[in-house]
Amino acid sequence: MTNLSVAATRRWKLAGRYGLASLLLVFFVFPIYWLFIISLKTPDEIFHFPPIWYPKSLQFANYAVLFKDGDAVSVLNSLILAGVSTVIAMIFGTMCAYSLVRFKTGGEDFAVWVISQRLMPPIAIIFPIFLLYVYLGWVDSYGGLIVLYTAFNLPYVIWMMRGYIEDIPLELEESALVDGCSRWAVLWKVVFPMARTGLFATAVFTFVFAWNEFIFALVLTRTEVVTYTVQVTHYFGGQSNFWAKIAAMSALGTVPVFITVSLLQRFLVRGISMGAVKG
Amino acid sequence: MTSASHADNSGGAHHPSRRMPDHNFRYWIIAPSVFLLLLIGLFPLIYSLVVSFQQITMTDYDTSFAGLTNYAQLFDDARLWQSIAHTLIITIIALPIELVFGLAMAHLFLERMPGRQIFISLIVLPTVISPVVAGATWRLLFDQRYGPINQVIGWFAGHDVIMLWNITPHLVYPAILICEVWQWTPFMFLILLAALSNVDKSLTEAAELDGAGFWRIFFKIVLPAIWPVMAIAILIRGVDLFRIFDVIWALTSGGPGTMTETISIYTYVQGFQQFESSYTAAIAFLIVGLMSVVVIWAIRRMGLAK
Repeated sequence: MTNLSVAATRRWKLAGRYGLASLLLVFFVFPIYWLFIISLKTPDEIFHFPPIWYPKSLQFANYAVLFKDGDAVSVLNSLILAGVSTVIAMIFGTMCAYSLVRFKTGGEDFAVWVISQRLMPPIAIIFPIFLLYVYLGWVDSYGGLIVLYTAFNLPYVIWMMRGYIEDIPLELEESALVDGCSRWAVLWKVVFPMARTGLFATAVFTFVFAWNEFIFALVLTRTEVVTYTVQVTHYFGGQSNFWAKIAAMSALGTVPVFITVSLLQRFLVRGISMGAVKG
Repeated sequence: MTSASHADNSGGAHHPSRRMPDHNFRYWIIAPSVFLLLLIGLFPLIYSLVVSFQQITMTDYDTSFAGLTNYAQLFDDARLWQSIAHTLIITIIALPIELVFGLAMAHLFLERMPGRQIFISLIVLPTVISPVVAGATWRLLFDQRYGPINQVIGWFAGHDVIMLWNITPHLVYPAILICEVWQWTPFMFLILLAALSNVDKSLTEAAELDGAGFWRIFFKIVLPAIWPVMAIAILIRGVDLFRIFDVIWALTSGGPGTMTETISIYTYVQGFQQFESSYTAAIAFLIVGLMSVVVIWAIRRMGLAK
């Protein structure tokens, strides 16, 4: 082959790759576009046949309604539940991970047990938990859901932080111990600061998991601490004339996740693969 | 203990933290986690076991010992086994599609090309959306009249089509699977892309020079190299698919009838709509039992905990 035809083939190949990539882009992004665009349409535009692919003007009335009716408070509930449970899970989980890494506490069996908890179906544990919460009066309370979210995210935190702590050089801890620091001081003053990147990345994913959680919130909330995911399903109905609300509420809950995750591209693979891929 | 308290006295202000002795340190720091994990890892198990031997229903709080009645009922409950079958069908179809599709996409984006990072960032967005929101989104997309999907199909068909995606028996599974594949293929894609990027280039190039074809290189070199990561991705997705709830709740709620009822939906219905407490406990115990065996086997097999 001459150089010219090699270059031509390469150009065609690249064009083909762009073509395929664009098709994929449409398939994966169009539904998200549709969700957001419905939230910005007027009712007439939403229930128009044939569907309107892009509205002439964007309007935010659908969002205004959510705030006026007080439905938007569910986003605040999600924020409180996910935020508090993430902080607690990060502190407890990192301490536990440190013990697993440095002292091999509980050995491999304990590690297997911890991670297996992460993989259990929520439905199998939610029923007994529900009965316990009814007994304790914890249903529809912040505390109840925070405890549950913390517990359910702990295996993930322990798992991820185990990987990050293994990366910390042992010499630093040893020299701190030699300098007379207690174990606790080493943990707070050496391990936590050294693992801060991992702490941050893990915290963000933990937060997103709790933020997006549905089944626990469905079972354990009534009126006081309804999360945005449950609120979205409240608008489903036989006649379902609440498309605007479904779309706007979903968008309100999704935008923060998109922003957070796009700031964290670097950690995305390690975060979702539970540490299977490093770097 | 005496030595610790002795150290306390002599150490004084220099060692305030000695009040918690270092030799128990490793247990102190796992204590809060263990306590919380027992709440979700052991309490439900014991409680389910106890309640499953009683006869508590919505109308009757009967805690007398019922023996294995509830477990015997499991075997006669056609709806339960159907729901397990539905779950397995969804898992068996969705998992390979996500895997193969994700792998193909990873190959497409493996080589550098301008704008690659932007493509990748946008394509992975569905994976971070809440599954219940994903279900709601597709519910809007699938609407027979105002949704864009029937519209596009209509263009190809040449006339308006009315397909009731979340009601018609032969369309509900495709609808669920499309939504599922849409949301989770990017997950596979991203992980496999990272795994493929870490494959030693010199090995594949050497094989290429020796005249090995694409598939030969893939099965002999690439696949073994990415397998450890791929296995974990399959495990995570497999387990997630087996407990699928949110998407179906949003799209069909298990309908029409009980056609798309998965094990999670069925357990929810028994426990929280029909309040068959003791029977639900038996189902929960069955699920935990089944999953524990599979999950712990898989974790050990992959050497995940090492």
